[in-house]
Amino acid sequence: MFPFNFEWVWDIGHYLFFGGFWYAIGILGAGMTYCIAKAAYDTVKGSQDNHH
Amino acid sequence: MDAALIPEGAKRCSFPKFMLGIAIVGAVLLWGVYAMLLCWFKGLNQTNMNDYYGFALWIWADLAVIAVGGGAFFTGLLKYILKIDELKNIINFAVIIGFICYSSALLILAIDIGQPLRGWFIFWHANVHSMLTEVAFCLSLYFAVLTIEFIPNILENRQLNKVPFFHHLAHNMHGTMAIFAATGAFLSFFHQGSLGGVAGVLYGRPFAVREGLLIWPWTFFLFTWSAAAFGPCFTLLVTRITEAVTGKKLVKDNVVHLLAKISGWMICTYIIAKIIDTIYWATVTAPGLGFEMSHFYTNNSFYGYWILVTEVIICGVIPGILLINKTTRENHSLRLLAIILGVIGVCLNRWVMVLQVVAVPVMPFDTWALYIPSWQEVATTILPVAYGIILIAVTYRYLPVFPQERELNQSKAQES
Amino acid sequence: MQDKKAHKFGMVIDLDKCTGCGSCTVSCMAENNIPFKEDESDKKDSITWMRVYKLTNGKSFPDTQTAYLPRPCQHCGGKGDHGHSPCVSVCPATATDYGYDTGIVSQIYTRCFGCRYCMVSCPYHARYFNWWDPVWPEGMEKYLSPNVSPRMRGVVEKCSFCYHRYQLAREQAYYNETDEIPEDAYQTACTTACPAGAIIFGDLNNPSHRVHQIVKPDPHPDPLNHDVVGKSRNPKVFRLLERLGTNPKVYYMSEKEWIRKVGDSYLDGEWDKMKNHHGSASHD
Ligand code: SF4
Ligand code: SF4
Repeated sequence: MFPFNFEWVWDIGHYLFFGGFWYAIGILGAGMTYCIAKAAYDTVKGSQDNHH
Repeated sequence: MDAALIPEGAKRCSFPKFMLGIAIVGAVLLWGVYAMLLCWFKGLNQTNMNDYYGFALWIWADLAVIAVGGGAFFTGLLKYILKIDELKNIINFAVIIGFICYSSALLILAIDIGQPLRGWFIFWHANVHSMLTEVAFCLSLYFAVLTIEFIPNILENRQLNKVPFFHHLAHNMHGTMAIFAATGAFLSFFHQGSLGGVAGVLYGRPFAVREGLLIWPWTFFLFTWSAAAFGPCFTLLVTRITEAVTGKKLVKDNVVHLLAKISGWMICTYIIAKIIDTIYWATVTAPGLGFEMSHFYTNNSFYGYWILVTEVIICGVIPGILLINKTTRENHSLRLLAIILGVIGVCLNRWVMVLQVVAVPVMPFDTWALYIPSWQEVATTILPVAYGIILIAVTYRYLPVFPQERELNQSKAQES
Repeated sequence: MQDKKAHKFGMVIDLDKCTGCGSCTVSCMAENNIPFKEDESDKKDSITWMRVYKLTNGKSFPDTQTAYLPRPCQHCGGKGDHGHSPCVSVCPATATDYGYDTGIVSQIYTRCFGCRYCMVSCPYHARYFNWWDPVWPEGMEKYLSPNVSPRMRGVVEKCSFCYHRYQLAREQAYYNETDEIPEDAYQTACTTACPAGAIIFGDLNNPSHRVHQIVKPDPHPDPLNHDVVGKSRNPKVFRLLERLGTNPKVYYMSEKEWIRKVGDSYLDGEWDKMKNHHGSASHD
């Protein structure tokens, strides 16, 4: 899974497989981070709006 | 009693009645949990698997729930990427069914492995050349996707939605859903395929082995395709069952017809590919290794040609034709028949690609090995079914799963 | 890959000599610390790294003939003999590995998590799962070999070509300050136990070893099937299921045609066409 695991080899198989894996993780992580951050922002903004 | 949690305008049975139902299914669930604990603590000697049947009922159940759970990714693909908007009326439910199927698959895998505490080795020490590695990675990631797709629906619960943060979160997640759905479709393509690859790469097993494209045997593509084709059948079937149990119409006919039509075309194209694959395998691949087709279907008390005919013709060609033809598709009973046959067909295909593969003798002096699962295996396989029923009951009761429910049942109330 | 020249350990089993006595199986179990089941009557889940199969020519009396075929792990080289054995290529956790320096297919017990995919992939049924905790009759633990680790419940195991004996031989060679491992310094337990001398073990890459001299492995791919490499050029020698392209390093030998035929699958009439190719010196 990581280059420090002893069975790791820098070959095309690992590039493609783990490239795809970390890419998918990245998209899901970034997507969720965005949604949560935006929701937090909207919440704060919403409550401020209510105070006005 | 729990009225505050029930979606606005929806009618639900009384709380005690609901709990009674849950308790009955819960008893089955507990039975499964007990068997599961036996397997974990006493080991796999609790099963009737043996050194001939290293893969058995569980792996079949795994493949089957993943295949029928394919309705989630395919409906998601149609709705969010191909923008077929009517499907928004069934997508929530497709996601819930998918969530149940995939969580069950992961649970079954956790019971199935001999050293459950080492399950993480498949990630940590991944052998990227193994189809099972690809399955494990994509399956887990796709389960994460399904969870993400499920969350907004949970947050739309009447009480949860009052919390501003949850309200905004659900809204934002809806907004970005296309990205998640695309990722899900990508992951599904690979893990559905790899599950087919699991059998197709077994070049020591002439019954399973297939030629293919690059590193992917033909079964890779057939499995992805069949999951996309038959997955919606299962979504429709469970919807139909839910409608029967609740005594309400939950999804409009045009939505059902649309999904059934897409499914029908997918089944037809799939089954043509499957027939070509079978003919090629039976006339080129297997004979090239010294095996007549009859070797795989005779000389034993269970696996005959009937299984091939049932899978491909009765549960493949027939549902396909019934679903692409407008009159049969729009006929309630014929459509129901077609989706039931379809679900049986895809499950039978998975059975054949797991259990018949290991049953067929390969060494000329070897014998057929048949196997009957132990009660522990059966109970742990029923466990996900019970869990699924409970989860559907709970989500149906408390979440706005079916956007058309109110409209459909209001008009009915007005009519009467 | 420390050795300058890679070994390729393999075996020839002379089926005409084998009497089916089972000494190989017993010696293997003792050597490799195989545990006992409480009830050994169900052979489908008891562990026999070396299993003896009974073969018959299928004819009725008085033409009936029988023979015995001992089956260890075949240490398959995989398609094209590149080390992608059926089992090694499928193991998701890299828990079974191909030794390019020895040709031996290893099993890493502490890393196997028991998914059993490798068992499904092996057409020879050479792999066994530990369905139970390993137990030995009272007092017998004292006889366990200290060179071989016992296996825990829930993992797969199989014949290792007595790899620990190879390690001991290497240590001895190191002590003797040489790179050479003499033929008799590394022999598997079954080889040494067979009273009929039916099993011959050695380095298929080493022309001075008996296995090499008997098998005369063809280093080129079979012109009829490019997945097959290392086919024997001795017409009496064959491998099990050779046509699948698993490329076993265990060879079998028999004078009798029906025994050679039973080692692989053939369509009707195919054998008569193929047997002439079989073992033919295609690249002599
Ligand atoms: S005989 Fe079976 S276990 Fe041994 S190397 Fe070949 S496939 Fe693997
Ligand atoms: S059972 Fe063990 S050795 Fe076999 S494939 Fe699974 S992890 Fe690998």
